Amino acid sequence: MRVFAQLFEAIDSSTKTSRKVAAMVDYFDRVSDEEKLFAVALLIGNKPKRPVATTSLREWASALAGIPSWLFEESYYAVGDLGETLTLLMPQQSRPEETPTLKAVFATMTALRKYSPMEQRETLYTFWTTLRGTALFLFNKMLTGSLRVGVSRKLVINALARHLDRDEATVAHQLMGKWDPLTTRFTDLFPQQGTALPHHIPYPFYLAYALDREPADLGDINNWLLEKKLDGIRGQLIRRNGELFIWSRGEDLLTDKFPEFGPLTTLLPDGTVIDGEIIPWKDGHPLPFARMQTRIGRKNLSAKMLQEVPLVMVCFDLLEYEGRDIRHEPLLIRRAQLAALIDNPALQRILLRSEEMAFPDWQAAADFRERARQFHCEGLMLKQWQSAYGVGRRKGDWWKWKADPFSIDAVMIYAQSGHGRRANLYTDYTFAVWDGDTLVPFAKAYSGLTDTEIKSLDRWIKQNTVEKFGPVRRVKPVHVFEIGFEGVQASNRHKSGVALRFPRMLRWRLDKTAAEANTKDDLLDLLRLYGQ
Amino acid sequence: MKRLLQVNDRGIYCERADVYIDPWQPVQRALITHAHSDHARRGNGQYLCHHDTAPILTLRLGTDIRIQRVSYGEPIQINGVTFSFHPAGHILGSAQIRVAYKGEIWVVTGDYKLLNDGLSQPYEPVVCHHLITESTFGLPVYAFKSPFAVYKEIKDWWRENQQAGVNTVLLCYALGKAQSILNQLREETDVPILLHGAVANVNGALAARGYHFPGQWMETEPVTKAPKGALILAPPSALGSPWMRRMGNYRVALCSGWMQLRGARRRRGVDKGFVLSDHCDFRQLNEAIDLTGAEHIYVTHGYESQFTRWVREERGLPAEIMNTLYEDMELEEL
Repeated sequence: MRVFAQLFEAIDSSTKTSRKVAAMVDYFDRVSDEEKLFAVALLIGNKPKRPVATTSLREWASALAGIPSWLFEESYYAVGDLGETLTLLMPQQSRPEETPTLKAVFATMTALRKYSPMEQRETLYTFWTTLRGTALFLFNKMLTGSLRVGVSRKLVINALARHLDRDEATVAHQLMGKWDPLTTRFTDLFPQQGTALPHHIPYPFYLAYALDREPADLGDINNWLLEKKLDGIRGQLIRRNGELFIWSRGEDLLTDKFPEFGPLTTLLPDGTVIDGEIIPWKDGHPLPFARMQTRIGRKNLSAKMLQEVPLVMVCFDLLEYEGRDIRHEPLLIRRAQLAALIDNPALQRILLRSEEMAFPDWQAAADFRERARQFHCEGLMLKQWQSAYGVGRRKGDWWKWKADPFSIDAVMIYAQSGHGRRANLYTDYTFAVWDGDTLVPFAKAYSGLTDTEIKSLDRWIKQNTVEKFGPVRRVKPVHVFEIGFEGVQASNRHKSGVALRFPRMLRWRLDKTAAEANTKDDLLDLLRLYGQ
Repeated sequence: MKRLLQVNDRGIYCERADVYIDPWQPVQRALITHAHSDHARRGNGQYLCHHDTAPILTLRLGTDIRIQRVSYGEPIQINGVTFSFHPAGHILGSAQIRVAYKGEIWVVTGDYKLLNDGLSQPYEPVVCHHLITESTFGLPVYAFKSPFAVYKEIKDWWRENQQAGVNTVLLCYALGKAQSILNQLREETDVPILLHGAVANVNGALAARGYHFPGQWMETEPVTKAPKGALILAPPSALGSPWMRRMGNYRVALCSGWMQLRGARRRRGVDKGFVLSDHCDFRQLNEAIDLTGAEHIYVTHGYESQFTRWVREERGLPAEIMNTLYEDMELEEL
């Protein structure tokens, strides 16, 4: 844990990716295979689940620190992170410092779940009073299930590739899937070159950036495959060794959630891997994503639900065919093989091939994109016909070209301080629209402003607070913001009657007064037109 | 009964003597705890402050202001009320102001800290009935180490950066922290120490009081680059300004009590945060209450509602919030 804590500090104290990668390579070169395995798990966010309820953590930490629980909560508001609050409130101990191994800490996290509350508290007191500094902080972050190290998966792969002297694509592939560091060995995860990976392991997903240029700059439209961008769950369907696996992009194994796909075990040939979007589909077109959410969380799927929200996979790529990895082949070839494979009447209730949208020119494509919502999609995907299937997020061959968001001008009425690097800074705002002469809250947003805007707004909030309740301040209804969002649906849990999908601030409308903000009726109009 | 001290729209007011302490609106007669800009504002008819505060007031507010200088412990009678200044340990010349009338004693702490920083006149507790205390870091998550431990961390980091062939930029408040850090670097004569104009100006003003600090002003003309391995002291506002381009290859750290929180450090995008504060942490605030023996506590700028509740509920003392317009200046500029 001591060496890992040093690595964490090195990563945390640098903003340069080259320094972060160098620190990781140096670390991997120094420590044992066992420690490496746990470190990799933490670095890519494969962390143990929160083992103890946070209410217990708060109660026990307050007792140890000798402060009342309200002061613990106030401290938490100021710090903006529970793990860090626990760390800062620990009294300076006279007990000698200990540095357990990462494995011991992981094992503790797993074991804690099964302990009685008394045993949990005793175990935590031991760690809390013998760990120091960064090690204590890391322990508490794991305890609250919120440990994040400031490196992307891409950087970890880069460092591992250098340490293992392998290419990044191989390492990215080997890291796929869910693995538990307590039951895996480093050499299982990264076997000798040439060894086949376990058959359930998915390929790394290829991801697109948002289009950052004029579409005309992409050249002849005929060199591109244009597809509708659908709103579902990106998934990889694997049929190997007589078994079927469905992985989400978040690398969750979702096979059991989608019984519809069961027949594919017999219908698809062995050695097939398909990339696509899993989406609720009925009567020839997609159902809103919200319908999918209602079924994804359930353990047991009723027959009724299966009938009401049937899922399909809209397939857009073929990665493995007859047991061969064909990711290096041009998209044109992969699509042709995909068509040959799934244009089969027996499959058509569950596997659809993504529609190849034909536009005479980019302008026609742009017109479609603008009205994308009318066609049950979020915009377009652009993929170069000659491109290979890449690893991770890359620029150049794949782009997403989403429709502009909906927007509403709203008045800020409440502010709350943020978390992490926004702690102690008012960054989370509640917005309202007019209903007659009262302001009705309808959305919360915290992204979209620049640091300079946040700073000046923070100052304004502190000076224009009307009322405080805990961490929340009611402010004078003065500032107007243009709020963007991706979707709108009716909701009886919200005062305004609507719930928005992914609301964020598009602009601070310093040119508008509160009276010029939109009304609840404007929102309801959007709901009528596009409501899901 | 009217209180000896109370807040009105101009500042902390003593009606009996008709004077203000650290007023934020212009008044006839102002007693100034220390020279930071939120406590010493322009436009007052007369300023009463410690000898070491005076040159900074002149620097910031102009040479034409009227200043009466006092020493620590020297009693000043105004309309039968006795005022005296006592070391607050915050910066050079910073004072707690004691106000006594007919056996009743009030103390306004101004900004203060109990930890000795090696330069500021160390805090001396003043026994009183009524204590008006700041609360900038009035939550138990703020627990500061001795400044000397932090000075060592700073020197070690500077050495580490020198070995890596990069310059070291320390961002800290130009009045107070800059001098207490420089005061620890008198032995480091082999490598250049360079100062932003804001720091150099303060040093220049303090020279009149016999305080001398290492370091050369990095003049704006001619525009020169910092030599390798140098240590540069600048106010936080320099971060991200064109002035920083002259630093060559550098690492930058912020010195402030706020650096106790990870989020505060990351938000500012600095390489390192040194937890160095000229304010009391939670423990020191509590210790000050014990040392003064005060029976009534008034809490001003900072975590006033939280600290007031703590004193009232957990320490059983009558405490109330006193709303003032002082701000936290740790990351602001002169």
